[in-house]
Amino acid sequence: MTSQMLRVAEVEVLTPLVKRFRFEHPEGKTLPLFSGGAHVVVEMEDGETLRRNAYSLISDPQDGSGYEIAVRREDRGRGGSRFMHTKVSEGDPLRVNAPVNLFALDLRARKHVLIAGGIGITPFLAQLRQLTRLQLPFELHYAARSRAEAAGLKLLPQAPMIQVHLSEEGNRLDPGAILAHQPLGTHVYTCGPEGLIVGVEDAAQRLNWPKDVFHSEAFLSPPPGKPFTVTLTRSGLTLTVAPNQSLLEALEAAKVEIPWSCRGGACGRCETEVRSCKGRIAHHDHWLEDAEKSAQTKIMPCVSRFEGEELLLDR
Amino acid sequence: MTMQFNDETFRDDYTYRNSPEAIRRFPFPFDQDSYMYSVNLEPHAGGREGTPFNKRFDVDEHYVSEMRDRAITLADDPLRCQSLPHMELAGWDFLELVMDSKAEDYPDLFSLTKDGDRWHWVNRPLGIEQRFTFLDPTTLPCGPLEYITRQTQGDHALLDQREGNLWMDAGMVTSQADWSLDFDVGMNFFEWHAPVPKAHEMGIFQRALKFLLALPLSKPSRRLNWTLTVNPRLDTSPENYHKWGPEKRTVTPENVGAKQHLRVELQTLWRLPRSNAIAFPIRGYLASMEDLTTLPKWGRRLHRVLRDLPDELADYKGFTVNRPMIVDYLSKFDDGVPTSAGIYPDETGL
Repeated sequence: MTSQMLRVAEVEVLTPLVKRFRFEHPEGKTLPLFSGGAHVVVEMEDGETLRRNAYSLISDPQDGSGYEIAVRREDRGRGGSRFMHTKVSEGDPLRVNAPVNLFALDLRARKHVLIAGGIGITPFLAQLRQLTRLQLPFELHYAARSRAEAAGLKLLPQAPMIQVHLSEEGNRLDPGAILAHQPLGTHVYTCGPEGLIVGVEDAAQRLNWPKDVFHSEAFLSPPPGKPFTVTLTRSGLTLTVAPNQSLLEALEAAKVEIPWSCRGGACGRCETEVRSCKGRIAHHDHWLEDAEKSAQTKIMPCVSRFEGEELLLDR
Repeated sequence: MTMQFNDETFRDDYTYRNSPEAIRRFPFPFDQDSYMYSVNLEPHAGGREGTPFNKRFDVDEHYVSEMRDRAITLADDPLRCQSLPHMELAGWDFLELVMDSKAEDYPDLFSLTKDGDRWHWVNRPLGIEQRFTFLDPTTLPCGPLEYITRQTQGDHALLDQREGNLWMDAGMVTSQADWSLDFDVGMNFFEWHAPVPKAHEMGIFQRALKFLLALPLSKPSRRLNWTLTVNPRLDTSPENYHKWGPEKRTVTPENVGAKQHLRVELQTLWRLPRSNAIAFPIRGYLASMEDLTTLPKWGRRLHRVLRDLPDELADYKGFTVNRPMIVDYLSKFDDGVPTSAGIYPDETGL
């Protein structure tokens, strides 16, 4: 992994639950540019625990002077966002990995329709700057419950192709209405809660949009769960994965070599062979095929968990 | 050190020659006495001083003449350079990568000055000076990919990444080992590799694609590939097979050492920042059997590799017809002595 130590240059409270962080190189060096939709993995040393969370970059992809992210505090999460909110302040050093893009714009599109729900606005903030710079036609729809909760409002420019839908103000986002009158060759991108993603996908299907013009990024973080035990055939270790720990984190804590990138069940880097499974794997990823999931012969340790007697992994 | 550029041709009278220095630095592709496919990727992060692995985009004594040969090929067949409309941003990414790298790595040959988006590029070996606006194609004489690859040795493909695959949607291909950009443009990774024997069953392409999809920013990779070519010809394209295919029949036991060339590709892979595309430069090096056998380790090893190569690979690489003659010629340089590990010759300071 390519990572570097950056300095927290700004922290801004956007809403009671969302903070914006800006990272810069400690000696003011230029950071690699990126493409809209890219994310970085931020490493947090929280006592004994090393947390690594992925966040979409929200700053201008053409601006290498710094990287910005927006973090929503998840009090029922595993602790990464709480760490960012309560323990990180301006001037702190923080290790940040090089940007990776799993949610890139398809530049063949004649028009780009971006549909965001809640904190799912983050990848689109960078994409809309890229689209503006490239002078490509787009529209962006941003849905939030209320004005007070809509962190994106402070980050979005005023423009006719940017529309805000606040359900509390009776202006609920309707995916069908947005997609109904788009020109041929339009691509649609959606990021946010599962319900929104399914809603947009359903609308696209109902309108007979081709499959490959629909792009989505579910904001997936490893779900907490019951502790479980796993045995590693190559390293000969038996580990217990704690309720607030992912299997990947447990492997890393035991110094087992394993590749990773998105840590959110999307990129496929940490895919691991299952040698024996007596029980049920709770697959939370978007990577494995349904058949692979039901066969229980592979697991994505970044997000998936296990319940049962025995899980033997090829690690 | 100021580099001397050869005045030479890659067609008709074939005046291409390697200096002793160019032979010593040749990227010999065999690290042992036999060869089989592998995903032999390693980080492209420098290498021994003086070798082609040392700089990001190697410039050598053949630079000026190679660019002249590219211009001749393009004048005959403009479709050797194509860029589908969505690949223009990747073209700019690649232009920036090459200009930044060359200006930093060869400051006596190239310079780049940036004032915001207003750039000033100087290419001394080719006598080019250009002021232009980055991302504004109207300020260059041609598209960004064509512009920079008319000044960069090797063929270049730009691969778009989408739908969990890579798509060859742009390129400049004038010195290829018998493949065609015009045929492959728009194909995905599995489609354009379909003609390669054996590797599919070995699962090589699945593994390679997985690696490439996760190729990180600022961490380029490289690998070597090779084939054999009769005469030092760059344009060994399917389009012009009628010009170079029959030359295979001109090889005799007397001229095989001079005519038969080992053609090595130094392939590098770069994640491009703005477009998220991958740049795939394929930089070719040519050395005759006579050149290579001046270094005893290489003479011995090349004989053993070509003698023992599986027939399918010799067929695919197109030298079955001359193989007995080549192996017979090389056998004179193989005294059976064991060879040392690695690709570098024993006799040089490299």
